[in-house]
Amino acid sequence: MQLSRRLFLQGSVALAALLAIPRALVAAAWPEKAFASKAAAEAMTALFGTDQATPSSAISLDAPEIAENGAVVPISVETTLENVQSVSIVVEKNPRPLAVSFEIPPGTLPNVACRIKMGQTSQVMAVVKTDSGLFSAAKEVKVTIGGCGG
Amino acid sequence: MASKIKVKVKLKGDVAEVKSLMLHPMETGSRKDPDTGATIPVHHITELTFLNNGETVMAVHCSTAVSRDPFFSFSFSGAKAGDTLAVRWVDNQGESDSVETVLG
Repeated sequence: MQLSRRLFLQGSVALAALLAIPRALVAAAWPEKAFASKAAAEAMTALFGTDQATPSSAISLDAPEIAENGAVVPISVETTLENVQSVSIVVEKNPRPLAVSFEIPPGTLPNVACRIKMGQTSQVMAVVKTDSGLFSAAKEVKVTIGGCGG
Repeated sequence: MASKIKVKVKLKGDVAEVKSLMLHPMETGSRKDPDTGATIPVHHITELTFLNNGETVMAVHCSTAVSRDPFFSFSFSGAKAGDTLAVRWVDNQGESDSVETVLG
């Protein structure tokens, strides 16, 4: 009895704390809804509140033209935009388009690289969030062997 | 258990170039075990954090679309020799791993 009461209390405290956290801080937690979204626009709306991003030539998205193996597609994103807050990579035709999201604190350079999986040939989009809005760059990557476990 | 994260840092002035490779299956949840036909449950890193002297320099939110045995690289400024860079991740099954390295 003691234990369940304690658990209940801890649960309530955690819930109260969760409700009290301002929105800006909540965004730093793992964005489950955005990652679960099955369409690119839906994922972006869940992550940023809008699916509109301005195409920008200040973002360079480096991805292979043809990825032989969709299980390992190297992607790198670099931008000269200022005050970058996050860089996200969205693969339009993946079952769950939002692949990865980098939160960039001040002092960290907006220059990131990682390797992702792609199910099929698709547009890959880098979405950069700065204090003045959302910017994007896109590139088509052709995939010869899918990497989503088919 | 020894950490399965490898991290390499190159200092160029006050900019640190970080490259990190970690071992993780990154299961999508849609693959099936070829022997039993049972679906392999989703198992992927959700959050990966890099801290320099305890201060977050990069936080990565990952989905299953990050490749198996993930590799990440990035750079941050304000680094100096002797700083301690910590790398840690947690996954959706509550497992975690971390490693620390001294810059310089």
